[in-house]
Parts: sequence; structure tokens; C-alpha cells
Amino acid sequence: MSVVVSPVRRPLVEGHKTYHQITEDLCAPTERAPSKSWIIAFIISVATLAYGVFCILWTIWMGTGTWNLNRTIGWGYDITNFVWWIGIGHAGTLISAILMLFRQRWRTGVNRAAEAMTIFAVICAALFPMIHVGRIWVVYYFFPYPNTRGPLWPNFNSPLLWDVFAISTYFSVSLLFWYTGLVPDFATIRNRATGFRKKVYNFLSFGWTGSAKHWQRWESLSLVLAGLSTPLVLSVHTIVSFDFATSVIPGWHTTIFPPYFVAGAIFSGFAMVQTLMVITRKILQLEEYITIEHIESMNKVILVTGTIVGVAYLTELFIAWYSGYVYEQFAFFNRAMGVYWWSYFGMMACNVISPQIFWVKKFRRSVFVTFFMSIFVNIGMWFERFVIIATTLARDYLPSSWSYYIPTWVEIGIFIGTIGLFFTFYMIFTRVAPVVAIAEVKHILKAGGDQYIGENAVHHHHDEHHHSETSHH
Amino acid sequence: MRQYHKEVIYGLYNDEEILIRAVRNARGKHLEIMDVYTPFPVHGLDHAMGLEESRLHQAGFVYGMLGTLTAFLGMTWIFTRDWPIIFGGKPHWPVPSFIPITFELTVLFAAWGMTITFYTICGLWPGVSNPQLDLRTTDDKFCIAFDRSEVSDSDARAFFSETGAEEVNTKSI
Repeated sequence: MSVVVSPVRRPLVEGHKTYHQITEDLCAPTERAPSKSWIIAFIISVATLAYGVFCILWTIWMGTGTWNLNRTIGWGYDITNFVWWIGIGHAGTLISAILMLFRQRWRTGVNRAAEAMTIFAVICAALFPMIHVGRIWVVYYFFPYPNTRGPLWPNFNSPLLWDVFAISTYFSVSLLFWYTGLVPDFATIRNRATGFRKKVYNFLSFGWTGSAKHWQRWESLSLVLAGLSTPLVLSVHTIVSFDFATSVIPGWHTTIFPPYFVAGAIFSGFAMVQTLMVITRKILQLEEYITIEHIESMNKVILVTGTIVGVAYLTELFIAWYSGYVYEQFAFFNRAMGVYWWSYFGMMACNVISPQIFWVKKFRRSVFVTFFMSIFVNIGMWFERFVIIATTLARDYLPSSWSYYIPTWVEIGIFIGTIGLFFTFYMIFTRVAPVVAIAEVKHILKAGGDQYIGENAVHHHHDEHHHSETSHH
Repeated sequence: MRQYHKEVIYGLYNDEEILIRAVRNARGKHLEIMDVYTPFPVHGLDHAMGLEESRLHQAGFVYGMLGTLTAFLGMTWIFTRDWPIIFGGKPHWPVPSFIPITFELTVLFAAWGMTITFYTICGLWPGVSNPQLDLRTTDDKFCIAFDRSEVSDSDARAFFSETGAEEVNTKSI
């Protein structure tokens, strides 16, 4: 193979896989009967989802008065969870689009699952704006369309409306990207299936044959979608940060918000990818495709983005002090020392301090440490959003209206329900689609297979390359 | 199932490097290749076959521009002609605050336009069944196919045995 691979690269596919073995291994989870652990986990997910649906229906029936929001604290769990989920979604697009543009071969092991995670996380996120407006039956007022109300249009100056466009675009483009990648793999499953399964996968695979011209166009499409998704993913969390940054609330009205939110989003998203990958590779026995190498690469991203987030926290504190503006100074003093000090502490400990252990290679390559760290980061990033939203609002300009917010059982139930929704979707996905992109792993096999590179290599690139050249001439 | 009414002779290869060498060989012999089927995108195959560059990205640019214009002109029309509203004394034509939505619609139109174009020109759509020569070409086999009305069976078989095909079959699709 005429690929040039640096000798320092370690294998990305282990076990001396042949193309056929890759097909077998990656199709197998969709072909065998679900395991007992899958069934139990699925029942728990669906039960959690059902409770969330009940709490959402309760909110819609009784009104948003069932939440503990008040005049002072108008955003609480709803927007915290919205920002948390939308941030989690960012890693999928980062892995599939940005790492594709940078030609990072390790993305092929995790991109499919990460993209699926993006789509499910965005669904969870989108639920919150829809229910927090209170009257979900007129939620289509979000969108501009010729109407009988004037015609009255939405305010195109508002970051909240920009968010509607950003998130709808992000969701639909991520879906196209994900599905276009899935089509050839669905064709692989189709060609192995019989009976009803064959009919279903025939429908899903759109009649894909693997013709050279189709692959050429498919690669062209994937590359441009990656190029479009890269600024798109950066724009989405930038616009989410505008929801805060364009207001006149001390602690929100800062120009650092867009990069700080984007870094935080990637940070939390990678943590969720790690949580899912560590479980997935174990349960589906995909350790040879989602290797320690992949886990280490993602831990490096977590370390970098976590440190960026830490620098942003410190910059905020410094600028608050340096501004000489008493309301700004109070906002940050209140975050760290005020009534919600515990949430600021949780944020700092989980997001800034704990990821620093990933400077040590042993921890970066430990599945156990990675799993616990990924949970810490998920918690820490949730606290970050809670700090920004609830803490800031609880102490506004007028001390007489200062308040303290704790969620009701309904708000907590909706949050838990979205976690159930996320895992329900993810678990169905692991049964229906190959969790690792089959065609893309085959494509990198000669550059990343352990029979070609690394200690256990049996083929030698130079010899083979030389041989192929001579036989060609 | 779609029908092409073609008689095809095809050879299956085990490796993409052997495939590319075979494709180059066929071009050297002026044997007209009907199509090549592979389980994954093989880089350099399109050049070896002499396929034209895809112009899909150019279509994407046009779709993107369409999105830019739709968003920008749409918002301009709404805020200056259809229903001008005063928001806090700000101008009726606030160009900077149109940027985010204009960007989003550019991406949206380009992505959807390109994807729909891709599936349409490839003849891929939900429920479509295109004829397949061999089911293993989505697994681990690489296939070169000749139209039997273009290339004689004896030329094709000689070519396949020379270039290292593992199997040679005929099929009408």
C-alpha cells in the first residue's frame, strides 16, 4: 500500500483483522439476539424516559408553575439542561468533521457512535426550549412564516431566534452527515441479511452498490459536509453563548463567552463520548476497534479543552476585578463565595483540577480512570451551566428581590427523563446500526491495522511498496 | 428491482492494490470498464479509471449562495418592507444581527441541496434496489465489470487471469 505511516503511530485496529473479519465483527451486534445486560439496561432507560414523559405532560397540563422558577430566577433547570445537552452534542461533529479535515485516522473508530450521540443529545436539548416557553401548542411561533397574526414576524435581532436557526440547522445537517455515512454500512448488513431483515436494510441502504463513481461522489459530499459542519458546530455554541452575552446581566455580558462556551462544549462532549465508548466497547466486545489508542487520544482532547475552560474561568475572575465595575465584581464574588458556592466548587474541581491527572500517560491509558473522569467532567460541566444561570440570576441588581432556587420534582424528573431518552435512543442505535463505521475502518486498515504497523506487524510497508512498484512497471 | 438489460462479465479481486493495478492494466489495453465495485472508498481508483472529478461541491456552492440570499433578502424584506418594527430605537436594517441566521441558512441549503443532489444523481433513494453483481462486494471483494457487448469474453477472461482475479462470473442485470 502506498500509504506513508509515521513509525511513531500505534495501531488503530488490533487482532490482525481481514476485511471480512471486520465485516463480521462490526455487523455481529446487530445480528445476534440482545444480551441480558442490554435488555435490563434498556428497560431501565425506557422506564426513566417514561417518567420524564410523565413530568413533561404534568408541566404541559399544569403549567410552568410546577417549576420553581420565579420573577428573579427565570431560567433554572430548563436552560441549564438545554445548554448541557447541546454542549454534549458538539463532540460528535468535532470528531466527524474537524478531525476529518485534519486527517486524523483515529476518528474512524468512534465517529459513528459520536455522531449518533450528537443527534440524540440535540433532541434532548431541543425539548427544553419547547417546554419552557409554557405553551407548547404554539411552539411553531418560533419559526418565521407568513401568518394570520399581522403578519407578525419573529425578532431577527434576538439571539434566541438565532438559536432556533442554529439548532435546527445543526440537527438536520448532523443527521444528513450521519446517515450518508451509514448508507454503505447498511448495504453491508443488507447483503448478509435474509427475509424481513433484508427488506428493512434494503430500504435503509437506498440501493447502495459500492460503485466507484458513487464512492467518489460520497467522498466529495462527506468532505464538503465536514467543511460546512466545522464552522457550523462553532457557530452553534457561539450563538448559545450569545443568549447570555448579549444581555446586560453582570457575569453574562462578556466577550469571552463564545470561545469559552465552545471549548466547554467540546470538553463535555468528549467526556460523554468516553462514557459511552468505555461501556460500548466492553458490552459489544469492540476493544480491537475502539482501542486504548482511541481512548488516549480523546483524553488528550479532554485535557486540552479542560485547561482552556480553566483559563477562561480565571480570565473571567481577573477581568471582573480589573474592570473596576462593582456589579461585575460582585457577580463573580457571589459565584465563588455566595449561596451557591458548592456549585462553583464542583465546577472548578471537576472541570479544571481533576482533568489535570491526564498529564500522566498511565491515567490517560487507563479505562477505569477514563470512565470515572468522564463522569466527573459531565457533572462539572452541568455545574458550570448551573453556576452561570442560577447563581447569577439569584442575586440581581435589587437585593429585595434576591432569591434562592431549588428545582421541584417535576424539573428533576424532566432532566432524568432526558437521560433516559438519550440512552434509549443510543441503545436502539447499537442494535440497528454498526456502532463502528465498517467502510471507514476498512479504508484505514492498511494504515492502522496492527499487522501493518507497530510491534506485531507482519507486513512491511517498504518491501511491499517496492514490490508493487516493480511489478507495475 | 431496476433493470439495465446488460450482459456483464466480472472478476473479483481480494485486495484494493491488485484492483488498482488491474484497472490501470485494463485502461492500457483499451478494455472499456463498465464499473468497479468496492466495499470502501479506494483512493486513487477514480484517477486510475479516468473518472472525471465530481462537481458536487460546485453545486454545493450554488445551493449555499441560494441560502445566503434567501436569508439576507428575506430578513431585509421583512424588516424594511413587510412589517417594520422598532426594537429599542435600533435601525430597521440591522445588518450585523442578520449575520448568524444568514450563515445558518447558507449551511442548511448547501448541505440539504448537495445531499439530495448526491442521492438523486447516484440513483439512490429509500426503497430503491439497484442490481448487484455479487453480494460480497460490500464485504471484502473488489469487482471489475465489463459489458459483454463492449468487451469479448475471451479478452475479459484473459485480462482477469493475467491481473489476478480470484473468480470470474457472468450475469445479466
